Amino acid sequence: MKLRNPTGSIRRRLVAQLALIAALLSVAFFFTVRVVAEQAATDTQDNILAASATSIADAVYSESGVVRLELPYSAISMLSTISEDRVFYRVLVDGQTVTGYDDLPLPVARQPGRAVFETYPYRGDDLRSVLVSRALSVGNQARQVEVIVGQTRLGLAAISSKITATAVAIGVVFFIVATALSFLAAQNAMQPLDRLAASVARRGPNDLRPVTAATPAELVPLVGGLNSFMARLRSALTRSEDLIAEAAHRVRTPLATVRTQAEVIHRQMERPQNKKALREMIRAVDESSRSAGQLLDHAMVTFRSDQLETEDINAADLLRDVVDRLGPTAELKDISVHLTLPSGRCVVRGDMILLQNAVRNVLDNAIKYSPADTDIVVQLTNDGACRMAFMDQGRGFGEADLASLTQRFSRGANVDDVVGSGLGLTIADDVARAHGGALEITSNTEGAGACVTLVLPLA
Amino acid sequence: MRHFGFALGLSLLASGAGALELEESRTYQVAGARAELRILSTADVEVFEPILLAFQQQHGDVSIQYDVASSAQLMRALYDEGAEYDLAISSAMDLQTKLANDGFTLSFRSDATANLPDWAAWRDQVFAFTQEPAVLVVSEAAFEGLPMPTNREGLIDLLRTQPEVFEGRVGTYDVRTSGLGYLFATQDSRNTESFWQLTEVMGRLDAQLYCCSGQMIRDVAEGKLAIAYNVLGSYAQLANTPGIRTIEMDDFVSVMLRTAVIPQTARSVADSGLMIDFLAGLSERPELALQTGLPPVEAQRDDTATARRPIRLGPGLLVFLDTMRRETFLRSWVSSMEQP
Repeated sequence: MKLRNPTGSIRRRLVAQLALIAALLSVAFFFTVRVVAEQAATDTQDNILAASATSIADAVYSESGVVRLELPYSAISMLSTISEDRVFYRVLVDGQTVTGYDDLPLPVARQPGRAVFETYPYRGDDLRSVLVSRALSVGNQARQVEVIVGQTRLGLAAISSKITATAVAIGVVFFIVATALSFLAAQNAMQPLDRLAASVARRGPNDLRPVTAATPAELVPLVGGLNSFMARLRSALTRSEDLIAEAAHRVRTPLATVRTQAEVIHRQMERPQNKKALREMIRAVDESSRSAGQLLDHAMVTFRSDQLETEDINAADLLRDVVDRLGPTAELKDISVHLTLPSGRCVVRGDMILLQNAVRNVLDNAIKYSPADTDIVVQLTNDGACRMAFMDQGRGFGEADLASLTQRFSRGANVDDVVGSGLGLTIADDVARAHGGALEITSNTEGAGACVTLVLPLA
Repeated sequence: MRHFGFALGLSLLASGAGALELEESRTYQVAGARAELRILSTADVEVFEPILLAFQQQHGDVSIQYDVASSAQLMRALYDEGAEYDLAISSAMDLQTKLANDGFTLSFRSDATANLPDWAAWRDQVFAFTQEPAVLVVSEAAFEGLPMPTNREGLIDLLRTQPEVFEGRVGTYDVRTSGLGYLFATQDSRNTESFWQLTEVMGRLDAQLYCCSGQMIRDVAEGKLAIAYNVLGSYAQLANTPGIRTIEMDDFVSVMLRTAVIPQTARSVADSGLMIDFLAGLSERPELALQTGLPPVEAQRDDTATARRPIRLGPGLLVFLDTMRRETFLRSWVSSMEQP
């Protein structure tokens, strides 16, 4: 039986969630790389700008009361080491421009002794600038020297876009690899579950043994629950079979006593109607006893099917034995049983008691439903499998669904006048299946009657 | 005082103010021209004409107006006066760099510019197309019996030990008036300690100061000068003048790069770019180098093993344009050169 509406798939959920995590990590990675790299690039430019401005500020000196500056070549040329960016500078003493670009803006907030970095548009490009200040003693006066050095950020932008492209590429590759790996991981993680499901699905319908396959920790509760459920089911089944067997046994013994007593009384009776009544009673007791026997048989078959005690069995011997045993019953109805055996041996591997039971039940059924003074043919053939056919000249199965006859307590549509439990064919069918064979039920091909064939694989 | 630093510097470089004074102007008209290129250049018409004609052979639908001005005038025209030109060609690398740095030029990219060596372009805005070394020019007559100097140390020794030969017969640029002389001098001061020593020695020998290389070379040839230091001469003049010899120092040789920029007033960057591409490919036309005497930038040529030092394009060139730096430098130079 399959579940029609599974609610989602653990594997798909696992893959989707891992892929989502990978995507989030990729995006986080991308932004981290970008921020860090841009910060690093900005810091690098800032450091060079500060070094340049400081070396210019240091080059300012006073000579006989006049402030002089010999702009150091390296202060400006060092700015061109990284990129071909435009460079601007301005030198002020006490707020008066002494050299450089006098339209280079001064930062609004200035703190003496601290470098102030700013970014603003200037002459058509974004400019990163630094202001460095220092005190200079001219004569006996302290003067404030301020140096602004600015550089455009085109080189920085180029570096930044290169890093961005790299970060995107790495992020995408990371996402793809991580998703592929998470798919494999999900596949791998689901393997024990798949294995367990397969091992449970592979079981036969009557296999209620506990699951012993290797189980990951997460599945132990489930398997434990399953095993304990199966154990309970098994014990419930056993109990009910036991109960039936016990009940049948208990009924059969007193019934035998009742029958014996009834026969004794029957012999002593002289009035014919009394004799007839007693014979009816005896027949009813027989039927009850037979039904109880079949219930016992069924319980035993169910029990033994789980653990067959197999041996090599000669099918001819088996049939001969059963036919001999049921000879008296057949004779009561003047039914002759004809056993036809093949020339060669026909050996099957199986449980002797179960096979005897099955054959007896099929033959018993045939006798029961055959009218008096007819023939029953029991035929053993070997066509690659061992076929034991039982053909009677009874009423057949009428209109009944042939396949359903092997179900428990199901009987033919035309047997209301015959007492029966409906267990005979069920027992035979169970035994056949337990041995890897089958019970074939057809209407007789030659004339009236039924043909029941027990097919068993050869040993 | 809009551009404080530069305005001061320029007042020292150029005399006079007002409208652009052209030294020369020539138009190369073609019938049914699709476009006209207005070029402002520091190179004389005679020098540059072969290049312009070769360009028009390749681009028959472009007329050219070729104006010649001094590098300082060129700078002022583009920096302060907003003169409209499609291309500015100058030997003043520092001023061209300043134009680009301060945002007066446009960017241009092409396969040809991408093939230029790294040191021959800056910011896709300044493109070098020649490399012209500063050399020592000596008079063969004056050096009879004297060893030829091969480096600055040797030159200083020679000048010191032979004052009778060189007194009043040493020539160099007056860095106060010659932008190129100032560029070479400042690069020398960066490259060698012996520069100031040499200046002092030349000052003691009553060095003659020149504005331009042409007169200096002529004076060497005529014997008025025994030696001229840091001369940028066209190959043609140096090779065709009898009685002189050209020496490349083996400690280092400053190499000036003649550069082209596209001013922001250009009508079409693509049309200006045609000329840039043409100039960048000069090394494939050796006949033009011969006609003009302009040695082209060669991408394949590797000067790293030689004493040649191409002057580096970039903001480092702005340093000596700084007003105060320039003042300080000129003061030192004058005090070395003009000794009592």
